[in-house]
Amino acid sequence: MKVITAVERYTELKTKAQEKVNSLQDKPLVRIGTATCGLAAGALQVKETFEEEIKNKGLDVRIQEVGCMGHCYAEPLAIISKPGFPSFCYGKVDEGLAKLLVDSFLENDDPCYEYAMVALEPNDIFPTFTDFPRDAYEKKIILEHCGFIDPGDIEHYIAHEGYAALAKALEEMKPEEIISEMTASGLRGRGGAGFPVGKKWSLCKDTPDEVKYIICNADEGDPGAFMDRNVLESNPHQVIEGMLISAYTVGAEKGYIYIRNEYPLAIQRIETALEQAREIGLLGDSIFGSPFNFDLEIFEGSGAFVCGEESALVSSMEGKMGIPQARPPYMAVSGFRGRPTVLNNVKTFAYVPTIIRKGADYFKSVGTSDSSGTAVFTLVGKVANTGLVEVPMGTTLRQLIFDIGEGIPAEKEFKAVQIGGPSGGCLPETKLDIPIDFDSLAEAGAIMGSGGLVVLDEDDCMVAIARYFLEFTQQESCGKCTFCRLGTKHMLDILTRITQGKGEMADLEILQELAEDIKMGSLCNLGKTAPNPILTTLRYFRDEYEAHILEGRCPACMCKDLILYYIVPEKCSKLCNVCVGSCPVEAIYTREDGLKAIDQEKCVKCDNCLKTCPPEHDAVIKLSPPVLPED
Amino acid sequence: MTLLEGEREVILKHVKEILDDRGTSRENLIPVLQQVQDKLGYLPDLAMQKIAAGLDIPTVDVYGIATFYNQFRMNPPGDHQFKVCMGTACYMVGGNIAIESFERRLEIREGETTPDRKFSLERVACVGCCTMAPVVLVDEEVEGHVTPTRVDGILLAFETETEKEEGKNGEGIEEKEERRSDA
Ligand SMILES: Cc1cc2nc3c(=O)[nH]c(=O)nc-3n(C[C@H](O)[C@H](O)[C@H](O)COP(=O)(O)O)c2cc1C
Ligand code: FES
Repeated sequence: MKVITAVERYTELKTKAQEKVNSLQDKPLVRIGTATCGLAAGALQVKETFEEEIKNKGLDVRIQEVGCMGHCYAEPLAIISKPGFPSFCYGKVDEGLAKLLVDSFLENDDPCYEYAMVALEPNDIFPTFTDFPRDAYEKKIILEHCGFIDPGDIEHYIAHEGYAALAKALEEMKPEEIISEMTASGLRGRGGAGFPVGKKWSLCKDTPDEVKYIICNADEGDPGAFMDRNVLESNPHQVIEGMLISAYTVGAEKGYIYIRNEYPLAIQRIETALEQAREIGLLGDSIFGSPFNFDLEIFEGSGAFVCGEESALVSSMEGKMGIPQARPPYMAVSGFRGRPTVLNNVKTFAYVPTIIRKGADYFKSVGTSDSSGTAVFTLVGKVANTGLVEVPMGTTLRQLIFDIGEGIPAEKEFKAVQIGGPSGGCLPETKLDIPIDFDSLAEAGAIMGSGGLVVLDEDDCMVAIARYFLEFTQQESCGKCTFCRLGTKHMLDILTRITQGKGEMADLEILQELAEDIKMGSLCNLGKTAPNPILTTLRYFRDEYEAHILEGRCPACMCKDLILYYIVPEKCSKLCNVCVGSCPVEAIYTREDGLKAIDQEKCVKCDNCLKTCPPEHDAVIKLSPPVLPED
Repeated sequence: MTLLEGEREVILKHVKEILDDRGTSRENLIPVLQQVQDKLGYLPDLAMQKIAAGLDIPTVDVYGIATFYNQFRMNPPGDHQFKVCMGTACYMVGGNIAIESFERRLEIREGETTPDRKFSLERVACVGCCTMAPVVLVDEEVEGHVTPTRVDGILLAFETETEKEEGKNGEGIEEKEERRSDA
């Protein structure tokens, strides 16, 4: 009897999926980005408008929800494909534009070029992504299909080579070969520490035990980052496939996706993905007809930053408090329930299928020699093109911020870039030419970390941002290590005093000393890295600390205790009353001469008057130090 | 917070159902707490005591877990919940100003619920819409670019809504005005 191999089974699945996906191309198709960023910007209303208009006009058009393609600044996004035209992508779609597009493009043949952002396929009429300056720098491996395929339909993933790597691994590769491929690829963990994946898997594989576990770390605790969530929302099967390959390699039959409870949409998309994978036999017993069994479950984390740390994560899965444990033993030897456990980040798993399918050499050809592949960042803050970007390791911060992000909006000055979240640091202009890779960033005092990248401009106070991150780590410290628990508190108190103008120069020395002590005296990386935001700001922006301490001045006019709001009489128009109405505490009054003024006793510094004063007057300013000019 | 009338029975019923369904292994503690909070909106003392008894662990262990994790809340959520994003991007452009405006208007601190249980105020980490910073989730709907004026607007919308509803329930706005002038 002829044995049907895994690859043959896969080919069958793929042919079917491709037929289905191809058949979709006969008809016009509207794809709408409904990841969290899209939904927040109103994608559902836009989708409803499309549906209604299409129905009213009796058109035969399909509508499909897709994930995030990384251009979050232009959400809600819609991609319209119509036979005979290249697919066009439209940004900032509102109900009006949706109606117009149905009218002009779907019903008639006018693609409304003036509203189109980009075309997806090469053509003679309209620019494509390759014509964008950022295309020269971007290289998409794990984000390749995000935003283009339907995350709710496994066949879309399969039609794009999805699960081919699994079939190949099961049929053609021994676990040892997969490990050498992973090792050769140079893939390092993307959860922060950059531990080599091949090494971790190999350790787990070589630890004999009947029961082993695979855990995907989707805790994503950095308070300013969301790439793991977007990957899961936009292409969940990629992560599942990576976990399957890992399980086959180390000999595990059970896996968990540990995801934070605050990510309801991602959880729902994974649930759907798991169900569909089970239905066609990609999860469960004898996968692709092989002797390999594996199943996956979701574990919802309860929101504690420290639970992103692997040993704390495992404790919390066991129903205990998430408190990190000393190592060794490593997770790979004794992890969940004391069993050998492979624990990797979402993105780490997401790279695996590509590496197996295209080979280690392909992966190695991207990036630098010590950090191969790409890096995925959420680019946010004071930058024109916010969103998700994927670039080869070795790209410089300057390219990332100024070429891909297109620089700082509103003609403001760049001040710093915060990279790596609460464990990372702030780098100034002079450091923008360092390449993004694990080691160069660490050298500059920041870390690769989770991949949150926040751009700061002249209006951002470096002491305040250091304080913000420290407050976060201080609250999230699990309390096990004295230095982490009390040292961060002490540092926070000092920083708070400085932002209130009550600091002393001696404080800066104490901060430095405490920072070193906390690094030394903490067990896990939460404590070991907590001082980074302070150390880097002290190193690169010492003048701002000094301005707060010596002059009682916040150079960015951000620290509330060191500023006051003032209406410049020469600029104020007597005729307008906007500021008076905007003040929540009735602190603004009309002087006898008709000009407006602020009662400093009452003012709560809410910023409202400054925001509402019409731009042609622009009469409200902030003064630091908080001293009123003499009349 | 004191329990409302009939709340005790509701608590006991849900806790029992969830424990019966989940089983009594200690590993289930967090999922059980999550489900109870899903049902009740928060973790009343009574529920935690019953869960401890059900899983046969000391009550203090349950308190320990419930207070360790940010997800669990000890006071009831308001009918309307405001969650102010304090992620990095939002903080830098005035997330704290938004929180302060809510605190000032609602006369509660973050993490609290108004005594009439109508509104509650919380802070959350990045909700993934940094482009629209500062962001507030109003009953899970994302509101972007929230200035203090916008806070007033949001609250005003709820007030008008309540007044309309009360109007419908036979208590006209005039009547209410009258009562106010009486007071
Ligand atoms: C305080 C703290 C928080 C962490 N948070 C995360 C997280 O949110 N996601 C993550 O993947 N790794 C996080 N890590 C790193 C994990 O401990 C672990 O190194 C990682 O998940 C391993 O996966 P990788 O090798 O694929 O990077 C955190 C570590 C610490 C110390
Ligand atoms: S920081 Fe508020 S949405 Fe990201």
